[in-house]
Amino acid sequence: MSGHNSPEDIKKETRTYLLVFVALAVATLVTVAVSYLDLNGPQAIIVALFIATIKAGLVAAFFMHLLSEEKFIYSVLALTLVFFAVLFILPIGNYADAVGEHFSMEGVEHRETEAH
Amino acid sequence: MEIPYTVEVRPDTGLYNAKMGIWLFLASEVMLFGALFSSYVILRTGNPDWVQHPMNVGLATLNTMILITSSVTVIMSWASLRLKDFAKFRIYFLCTLLLAGCFMVVKAIEYNQEFSQGLFPWSDNYMGIYFTLTGLHGLHVVGGMVVIAYLLGPGAKMWKTAPEQYVNRIESVGLYWHFVDLVWIFLFPSLYLL
Repeated sequence: MSGHNSPEDIKKETRTYLLVFVALAVATLVTVAVSYLDLNGPQAIIVALFIATIKAGLVAAFFMHLLSEEKFIYSVLALTLVFFAVLFILPIGNYADAVGEHFSMEGVEHRETEAH
Repeated sequence: MEIPYTVEVRPDTGLYNAKMGIWLFLASEVMLFGALFSSYVILRTGNPDWVQHPMNVGLATLNTMILITSSVTVIMSWASLRLKDFAKFRIYFLCTLLLAGCFMVVKAIEYNQEFSQGLFPWSDNYMGIYFTLTGLHGLHVVGGMVVIAYLLGPGAKMWKTAPEQYVNRIESVGLYWHFVDLVWIFLFPSLYLL
């Protein structure tokens, strides 16, 4: 975003910022409300992180103006995203190693018993 | 020697230098917080006896609202400056500083409650990662407050001498501040609700 738009454009932007603010506030309340629904572990994680990702997307897209940025910034962020993903692939591997050691995969064991 | 590209954009990046700098800095910040989030996932999934203490969701929700509001005030201050309304800019920017202060006060109340319950960073893995993540985030809030206070006080002289550069500085601080908000958006459900 250039920062040199006309006053009308800037005023229009400010209205968008206020709408985003309302959306973020509502999403925060929804996150808290959902946490009282007693969803099981994975469901709760998926719902909470899904709402958080939408909120983060709104902040990045509108407040950080990533909807209309220069290619250079997109390139930096794409590279960051790759390394960020690696950071989260590591724990998945760690968790997969622990299955059977500390955790049982109940559904899988059940099917194996039936097969025998 | 004058520093180049403080106002005009570099032809190769299409950005003024401060904006390029702040985005590179934010990329490094993504990796810093990413590493800590990753550690949290490893600690939590690797421990079958994970202890999750009930945290003060009310205060954390209040802090989320405070940070979201401060994100709006900081971007409204930038918009006001682009409209050449310095008085409005000061009001919005001061509100951002005050909201950041409120966030830290609420966090201090929360920490105090946890200490009084005998919960310290060394109590268990959950408290360790909780204090590390929220403490580091708090330091970022304090860092932001220092810069905002400077730009409201002595740094505001630049509005008279180099207004376009001052607008760019406010935009850069705003980008940093939105990132601080963005980190909290993930910290809140991860540490308080799950």
